[in-house]
Amino acid sequence: MATIAFTINNKATSVDVEPGTPLLWVVREHLKLTGTKFGCGSGLCGACTVHLNGKAVRSCQTQMSEAAGKRITTIEGLSPTSSHPLQKAWIAEQVPQCGYCQSGQIMQAAELLSKVKTPSREQIVAHMDGNICRCGTYPRIVRAIQRASQEG
Amino acid sequence: MNKHINKSTLDVSRRGFVKSAAGLTFSFALSGTLIGRASEAFAADGAKLNAWVTIGTDGTVTILCPSSEMGQGVLTSLPLILAEELDADWSKVKCEFAPGNPKVYGGEHKMFPGAQVTLASVSVPSYYMPLRRAGAQARKVLLDNVAEQWKVPVVELSTDKSFVIHKKTGKRMSYGDVVKFAKVPAELPKVADGDLKAPKDFKLIGRREIKRVDVPSKVNGTAKYGIDVQVPGMVYASVLQTPMDGAKAEIVNADEVKKIKGITHVIPLPFGVAVVGDSVEATRTARYALNVKWDTSAAKAAPFDSEKAKEEYAKKGQDPNTPTKEWYVVGDADKAIAGAAKTLEATFWSEHTYHAQMEPMNAVAQVSEDGQIDIWVGTQVQPLAAAVVANVLKTTPDKVKIHLQLLGGGFGRRIWPDAPVQAAVLASIVKKPVKLLLTREDDIAAARPRPMTHHVLKAGLDAKGNLVGWKHRIVAENVDAVAAPPRFAATGGKDIIGWRGMEQEYYTIPNIRAEGVREERGMRVHAWRGIGAGYIKFASESFVDEIAQARGVDPLAMRLELTKDHARANAVIKAVAEMAGWSRKRPGRALGIAFADYHDSFSAGVAEVSVDKATGKIKVHNYWLAVDPGLVIQPENATAQLESAIIYALSGALSEELTVKGGAVQQSNFSDYHVMRMSDVPEIHTKILVSTASPTGMGELGIPTVAPAIGNAVARLTGKRLRHLPMSSERVKKALA
Ligand code: FES
Ligand code: FES
Repeated sequence: MATIAFTINNKATSVDVEPGTPLLWVVREHLKLTGTKFGCGSGLCGACTVHLNGKAVRSCQTQMSEAAGKRITTIEGLSPTSSHPLQKAWIAEQVPQCGYCQSGQIMQAAELLSKVKTPSREQIVAHMDGNICRCGTYPRIVRAIQRASQEG
Repeated sequence: MNKHINKSTLDVSRRGFVKSAAGLTFSFALSGTLIGRASEAFAADGAKLNAWVTIGTDGTVTILCPSSEMGQGVLTSLPLILAEELDADWSKVKCEFAPGNPKVYGGEHKMFPGAQVTLASVSVPSYYMPLRRAGAQARKVLLDNVAEQWKVPVVELSTDKSFVIHKKTGKRMSYGDVVKFAKVPAELPKVADGDLKAPKDFKLIGRREIKRVDVPSKVNGTAKYGIDVQVPGMVYASVLQTPMDGAKAEIVNADEVKKIKGITHVIPLPFGVAVVGDSVEATRTARYALNVKWDTSAAKAAPFDSEKAKEEYAKKGQDPNTPTKEWYVVGDADKAIAGAAKTLEATFWSEHTYHAQMEPMNAVAQVSEDGQIDIWVGTQVQPLAAAVVANVLKTTPDKVKIHLQLLGGGFGRRIWPDAPVQAAVLASIVKKPVKLLLTREDDIAAARPRPMTHHVLKAGLDAKGNLVGWKHRIVAENVDAVAAPPRFAATGGKDIIGWRGMEQEYYTIPNIRAEGVREERGMRVHAWRGIGAGYIKFASESFVDEIAQARGVDPLAMRLELTKDHARANAVIKAVAEMAGWSRKRPGRALGIAFADYHDSFSAGVAEVSVDKATGKIKVHNYWLAVDPGLVIQPENATAQLESAIIYALSGALSEELTVKGGAVQQSNFSDYHVMRMSDVPEIHTKILVSTASPTGMGELGIPTVAPAIGNAVARLTGKRLRHLPMSSERVKKALA
């Protein structure tokens, strides 16, 4: 066990866990920020995507030792009022169905928009291809990202 | 009339249903002891107008949704139906889940009369009329109260957007104010169908701009699924799942695993090996550390190998002496084919597929000292979960309270309540609330797959080329036998889930015979989105194209001819051909078409494909789909459901495959079970034909045309017929070689 300190959604926090514990479980079960989801535990689906110092990472593949001292943002911290351009676009395009993958999709898309202001369709697909949506909301995700990049 | 689907199979009568429900599956709690649970959903401050709706003095209208929300949008569409007849202000409506109680919240679908189930696209068709009646009834209660208060005849009153209006005097009163004095009569007013609105007067139903109520919570992380539940004092559990029913675990390293920090129990159970501990990370570490040998000597599935078994399936498909069960018969197909001028025969296959719902199976269970059992779970059938948990823990369903959560995907996987049962068993052993969470690997090991199927189709043409005889034999394990044994017994062994789609009700063919051959291999086969129609339409609609080719007619023309007696079926085919520009040639690409009815809804699809001959990869560039599902409640969501089903079906058609060796599923995660990703999604074009027919269901309608339309397109492009789902690169490469 080790005490690991980090910032999550702009709040300084620390937890006592094994350093090898995946960030995903600390976020979900210890800190009760359950918006971040578990899908595969192997970096294959993207449901667990969060930002680590502004970079999209799979929290199931990120050990707590790597999170020490870093800035973590989860879906709950993306915008204090749920008004990030992507969140608004996601509602306008009625993207979510079961909704389970969508926190990961939005966090993945947010990284793209932070790097590329108006991504092309190809850039969107390339950036989002690691995130599975079993409900098949892909066409709406593309439209929502395009909308957010225009209305941003 | 000799044309029949065998009514008794479909319209399982209410009595028959209840009587046959002695077993585990579909044994809905009908004792009435669950009544009263709904009350907690209502504000104390207001009036409960009937079992479905309460209006608060602040004007909030709380409407209960009897179905589970798994992405299909029922949490919006069902309350919307009630709100329509109530003339409620939609912005003041709150949608909540009804408790599991079929006596009060059962639906009216012909396949599941009186049942409260979320499956088979039945939610809207089941509840369209009951919810309209409930809304009209609640409105009547309000009007009667106001008429008495204002001393005016009730016929002079009207309603609009949560207001009662007296036109003559210009008086208006909000529903919130009415319930401040309203008395709800002990005997609620009767509502006749004539009291309901004419569809042309609908203000909410059919409006594209009305959005889903659950969407805002699904973009900011606040939506709560089963996996998100935490209760005070709970511990965590993971269960290494048995690879097949009847396998017994021999734990090689129990002592070692018990030493893992935070682990309190390592327990062998009939469903697997459970590890219990004080954190999710500890139980996951322990689960992966487990070394277990499986004794499969008593497991029925142990000898099953999905590849090797094909030879036996194929034999049964051909042998005229194989015992069969009749599913759908018109005239005498055997005789017609025997006497035909020309006969055709073809065989098809489909592999097991896995639901791959994004939220792995989980549940939280608490067993209290007084015998009360609480279960927090996302399930498609609340009463089934309560009944099975009660059965396993040797108590009665009234002692089991299901706290229904959102479902992170269902697709049929969350019908069977294995997770709640396992969590409840563990909670009763460790005497603490237990949060059970499966690894993805265990979710796949415990798959309830769509069965592997084999199809033999025969057709007879007369001298003029007319199709005079059609025969379809399916060889497969029967889903009803596993998932609904009481119904399977009641129907004399017909597989209502697995054979759906063989009936050909909308093709005019003078002689048809559809029959099933039962395999018993011990696989835990279950319903998968689109059920039988998924693989059956692949076989039958591919065969229609082969017949068209043999006759030298266009596949579109052939289908228009076959559906000439059914205007709605005919219309979707025409519509999709127009959308796709059927006759327009595209270099390097080809179009394929398919038609499918599904529970009285209609669909026709066209796929535009190209094939990379070197890799065998099929690329679907465009998919067009025209549907007629009857009246549509929420057009925008209906469109989304079609897109969703098309993508689900594309994924199944092109890449999804579970292989089975020694009774165990071989795949383990998304690395070897490939579901569709964004880069493979085609342009999707959908059209919903305007209809005033009663709604007949939407959630799966996009599924069945996809695989055959792709196969037909590939055949037109390459001259090679694909006969095996999935149409993976390896299979395509082989077919083209
Ligand atoms: S749960 Fe982390 S990538 Fe799937
Ligand atoms: S919305 Fe269900 S998995 Fe994406």
